[in-house]
Amino acid sequence: MSNASTKAKSGFPNPLQWLGGATLAMLGEVGRLSIFTGKTMGASFSPRWYPSQIVRQMIAIGFYSLPVVGLSAIFIGAALALNIYSGGSRFGAEQFVPNIVVLGITRELGVTITGLMLAGRVSAGIAAEIGAMRVTEQIDALKTLSANPFRYLYAPRFLAGIITLPILVLIADVIGVMGGWAVSTLGLGFDSTTYLRNTMDFLTWQDVTVGLIKAVVFGGVIAILGCYHGDKSSAGATGVGRAATFAMVGAAVLILAFNYLISTVLVDFGS
Amino acid sequence: MSTQPLLELKDVHKSFGPKQVLTGVDIDVAPGKSLVVLGGSGSGKSVMLKNALGLMTPDKGQILFDGVDVTRDQGKTREAMRARIGMLFQSAALFDSLTVWENIAFRLLNADGMKRKDAKERAIETLKQVRLGSDVADLTPAEISGGMQKRVGLARAIVSRPELIFFDEPTTGLDPITADAINDLIVEQTKALGAAAISITHDMASARKIADEIAMLFEGKIIWRGPASMIDDSGNAHVDQFVHGRADGPIQPAL
Repeated sequence: MSNASTKAKSGFPNPLQWLGGATLAMLGEVGRLSIFTGKTMGASFSPRWYPSQIVRQMIAIGFYSLPVVGLSAIFIGAALALNIYSGGSRFGAEQFVPNIVVLGITRELGVTITGLMLAGRVSAGIAAEIGAMRVTEQIDALKTLSANPFRYLYAPRFLAGIITLPILVLIADVIGVMGGWAVSTLGLGFDSTTYLRNTMDFLTWQDVTVGLIKAVVFGGVIAILGCYHGDKSSAGATGVGRAATFAMVGAAVLILAFNYLISTVLVDFGS
Repeated sequence: MSTQPLLELKDVHKSFGPKQVLTGVDIDVAPGKSLVVLGGSGSGKSVMLKNALGLMTPDKGQILFDGVDVTRDQGKTREAMRARIGMLFQSAALFDSLTVWENIAFRLLNADGMKRKDAKERAIETLKQVRLGSDVADLTPAEISGGMQKRVGLARAIVSRPELIFFDEPTTGLDPITADAINDLIVEQTKALGAAAISITHDMASARKIADEIAMLFEGKIIWRGPASMIDDSGNAHVDQFVHGRADGPIQPAL
């Protein structure tokens, strides 16, 4: 009654009521996502597994992402080298281009760019696929055929995500560094051998490890957000489209948030 | 001969928010019998079926399979039930990423652990039972027609020789000739298996063909049940209106 009268008088909902409602909705969403994540991880790390599904998802998530990851990495590496050269020349630090490129790519840009590209390509794709299965009753059919969707659908995608993303990130690291090398040697006058020697001398295994730790987390985030939003997709093309959008945006935001959190925890690792 | 129903729903209630969909469904099916549940759009037929299958949990009431309470169980008891049932979904619900034979043999491969070669042979054998040739076995669902998808869905439902088969609107979206062929197959295959069947439909031609008994669901409750031969002489105004497809009567059109 009071709610109706508040709305009627002002024409807008009570701001406190709106804030409370939004907070409760957000907490509910976090709770549901946490339960879904727990169930997916439980199914991923206990028998029974579906190896053929895991391999199929590794190909879909990993192999088919190679072109987009490679192209993104080479351009990022090249642009990074150019910008560091340009900025560094203001105080005579141009010679640090190889060092900063390899550090920036392995610790930060290789993994973040790979994660964001896969949030768009993979997370949205998983959400659309699972969403379509949900609205065409294929997930109900799985259950009636005694297959648990968490084991048959979600765990293979989660496992494929956490296995393939580190591999993709290693490839992105190499290609990104080579992008910087190509621009530096072809356009900025660096000697090829010196550039590569400086890169290898400066690179530590800790730098690569930080990127790989992030990659495992990002792989899980991408797969789980795709599966979660697909699983709760509502009927119709709009519902499936919305699930894909939510999965992509949610995965991208969580990747950036986790990137910061992991960087904070590992900032002293290898320094 | 056993008189215990194979499946029993007792006083089943189900609501979605303020909307009460099932308000106390009582229904059962005996082994080897075919029961058709009629009802208009939005009458709760699909919700009733999903509760019976364990895809939804009732708010209140009991579901017994072969005398065992499976109402809230999602563990071994429910799995034991699912091993003894088959289901043909309205849209066939075939898995896009698998071939026709892998769809049919899904349970054999994944739940029963059958070897692929044996499972494929069994799937092709079952394809023949639904009048499809082995040439469709390696196609994907997207490469076959709607009628063929229904047949493949039926093959998937019967391949593990179930004791109870659920049919959700088996003829929806099919032309009358294909629909009649599907009805014939349903009758033939359930009889051959000696299985019980529960079908939900609003297609009277289908109901007349496949039912031993017919029940009418209205406003979340079973309001009439009788032999299929009595459907034109039910003495129930709701059933009469539905059977004759009249807009005037106690049932308001779902507009």
